[in-house]
Amino acid sequence: MRRTNNSITARGFQILALVFWFTVAAVAQSATRPTNTNIFAPESTPAKSIVDLSIFVLVITGIIFVAVGTLLVYVVVKFRDKATDTGREPAQVYGSNQIELAWTVIPVLIVVVLFLATARVIHAIQDAPKPASAFEVTVIGHQFWWEFRYPKLGIVTANELHIPVSDPAHPTPTFLKLLSADTDHSFWVPQLGGKTDLVPNRVNEMWIDPHRTGVFLGQCAQYCGVQHAKMLLRVSVDTPEDFDAWARAQQKAPTDDAAVTAGRRVFEATACINCHSISGTAANGHFGPDLTHLMSRRTIASGAAENTPENLRLWIRTPDAIKPGSLMPAMNLNEQDVDALVRYLETLQ
Amino acid sequence: MASDAIAIPSLPVVSDRPWIQTLHDWLTTVDHKRLGILYVLYGLFFLVIGGIEAIIMRIQLMRPHNDFVSPQVFNRMFTMHGTTMIFFMVMPMVFGFANYLVPLMIGARDMAFPRLNAFSFWLTALGGLLLYFSFLGGSGLYGAGNAPDVGWWAYAPLAARAFSPGHSSDYWTISLLVSGFGSIGTAINIIATVLCMRCPGMKLNRMPLLAWLNLIMAGMVLFAITPLSAAQLMLLVDRYLGGHFFDTQAGGSAVLWMHFFWIFGHPEVYVLVIPAFAFMSEIIPVFSRKPIFGYPVMVAATVCIGFVSMSVWAHHMFTVGMNSYANSFFAITTMAVGIPTGIKIFNWIGTMWGGRIQFKTPMLFSIAFLFQFLVAGLTGIIQSSAPVDWQLSLSYFVVAHFHYVIVGAIVFAIFAAFYYWYPKVIGRMLSEKLGKWHFWLFVIGFHLTFDTMHIPGLLGMPRRIYTYEPGRGWDTLNFIVSIGGIIQAIAVLVFVANMIISYWKGAKAGNDPWDAWTLEWSVSSPPPAYNFASIPVVESRRPLWDLKHPEDPDSRYE
Repeated sequence: MRRTNNSITARGFQILALVFWFTVAAVAQSATRPTNTNIFAPESTPAKSIVDLSIFVLVITGIIFVAVGTLLVYVVVKFRDKATDTGREPAQVYGSNQIELAWTVIPVLIVVVLFLATARVIHAIQDAPKPASAFEVTVIGHQFWWEFRYPKLGIVTANELHIPVSDPAHPTPTFLKLLSADTDHSFWVPQLGGKTDLVPNRVNEMWIDPHRTGVFLGQCAQYCGVQHAKMLLRVSVDTPEDFDAWARAQQKAPTDDAAVTAGRRVFEATACINCHSISGTAANGHFGPDLTHLMSRRTIASGAAENTPENLRLWIRTPDAIKPGSLMPAMNLNEQDVDALVRYLETLQ
Repeated sequence: MASDAIAIPSLPVVSDRPWIQTLHDWLTTVDHKRLGILYVLYGLFFLVIGGIEAIIMRIQLMRPHNDFVSPQVFNRMFTMHGTTMIFFMVMPMVFGFANYLVPLMIGARDMAFPRLNAFSFWLTALGGLLLYFSFLGGSGLYGAGNAPDVGWWAYAPLAARAFSPGHSSDYWTISLLVSGFGSIGTAINIIATVLCMRCPGMKLNRMPLLAWLNLIMAGMVLFAITPLSAAQLMLLVDRYLGGHFFDTQAGGSAVLWMHFFWIFGHPEVYVLVIPAFAFMSEIIPVFSRKPIFGYPVMVAATVCIGFVSMSVWAHHMFTVGMNSYANSFFAITTMAVGIPTGIKIFNWIGTMWGGRIQFKTPMLFSIAFLFQFLVAGLTGIIQSSAPVDWQLSLSYFVVAHFHYVIVGAIVFAIFAAFYYWYPKVIGRMLSEKLGKWHFWLFVIGFHLTFDTMHIPGLLGMPRRIYTYEPGRGWDTLNFIVSIGGIIQAIAVLVFVANMIISYWKGAKAGNDPWDAWTLEWSVSSPPPAYNFASIPVVESRRPLWDLKHPEDPDSRYE
């Protein structure tokens, strides 16, 4: 019986070690591959100071882990019941006040250090003054998409946030005002900063100052309903010139193309206009994304699909095929109407 | 007259009685031991149900854009998994063990209020049935049923009628309200029992730590469950009587619900983990052959955890936009909880130091508990640093962290308790061989799942998503997590098989198979209905040590 148990134990340890190395290898492979949602690849001041603090906290907890873990392993190995032991009970020790005091004071000191480091970063990020050069965007969470409003520029767009890059020498941070139209959401772009919730009936604020241009990915982090998973988020950080060009294009009214009047008529004559807006038309709904410059966006359905004519068609016919449970209803249009409508939407540059 | 009172009828032999009579006995029982067994069986049943829900989620998440289940089903699965595991798995388990063990350990013949005890159990049982009835009746008159899908926090306003029509959220609300009353009843009962039913000589500072820790746990239940029940009532008022507590469309506050929920939710973690500490504080000394190191400090540290844990709840809310002072306050209180918790770990290691550690299955689970609880505590400290939590909160890192607490610590401790006390309850030993299979499979599955699960969180994967995009470095990791989950499920099947086989085939246990020191091991296995033929008198914390070592009794040192 004893032999059997020992061999199970030995084999258990062997398998555990194997599993450990297998996992480490897989983790190392995944973690070193370039991804754009890794919190340890910060591209903005708040994200950077969080990484610095994280590493500090990780080192301290790592040291505690190694120290206590080693002690535990040592005790288990050293004081195991050996076959040579006689049946006698070991010395009965009831405790020691000096030792208790020691292992109370040391954790207290560690907590003080951790707290001071933490409070410093909380203050630096949360209480940062808003400079005059700050750029402002209002973010409104909806089930299951993002609305972005630029009050000073008069721009309304959805799902793909465009902001100018912030030169560390002349910072132009972006301050986000976070609101919600329905349930709780959370704005999370890991490379740019920590997350902040969008809570209905409440105004939250956060700021980011991306140091390089590029597209940064994120998604809603607070469970908000059926399609929480596909409430994806893209932040496009542009050079000042690119940003200005984008903003000017967004401010223009869409060109009225006579070739697609049929599609426009379908749009204006169906329930599309109850939820969507297109400036210069009868459509001024607010439950769904503003479509005035739909074709300037690379994705539709809050990042769930590429913005291609085939996907637009699929999205209009059966939204559930792309995003089951989304609040966009299937419009039940005939083939001709769908064709006309997609051709019309493609002109919304 | 006096001699009549002492004449206690012996238990009738079960096989002589018709099954309907046996069933009737169990359904109407007020015996703390039978109620304890009912609680534990009930918890085991829901362990399997909640486990199936977890496996469904893990199959769905094995690869990106999988369509094993729909988003609606997935959302119900994580809502039901969380609610089930907290309220109908761990809570009944720890109450069951407390019910069974506390009277035996303090030399009492039953709990203080046996009928309240039965009432509380059946309320909890009704709560679980109500929750699962939602699968049939959740849509009410609309037709097909559906389970709640608002997450186990049921954050406002997602649980408001505008976003959660039908009755599925009502089943969730009422089931927690009902089982909450059951929990309060049991908590009152445990407090009264520990304070009033101790045998002669069992002063408070001679009580086994299990009794002490359950006393503290019960006190916390009173403070934790009441705000939850109040919030549930307010939610019902909102949903049916036109209230606006959490109705953001009419000026209500979503954040208010968060405060109510987490002022329950965080102490609740300690309500669950303190009984796990209690098991450890009984099992580790016996298999190290030494008394617990620093008994008064262990009690003081637990009381301290009880108090401090009441002031940490908003660390679940670092991302909701509290100001920097509130964030700093909840960061330091959360870090402070680590101090008494660390002291407990050191004292358990101190207990093992200089002992003769016997690697029986209960001890294997206990050692794994110590290691995993250390990691769980440290990842907790990492997240207590509010800015770090702005990244980690609501991500898979948090999911890994709290499963490290609830599975790695609490469930491991519960398994240790099963292997340790099964012989007392059933009269037969659990198989050591199957026990070791169970242990190793579970340890390997656990680490495969929950060590790996931290990483997708660091790579930006939020929780509660039914599917995810490829190319973010999450794919392989999620696959490994799912494989680990399946290995854990196999381990639980080995455990259940072990319990069933050992019920008939296990070696006879005798009164005291572990050579232990507390009073429950002085009576037969299983104990008679009246527990003690004559009420024992104790002179130290380890009455059986005193009996076995009359030349060197504990009472000489205390």
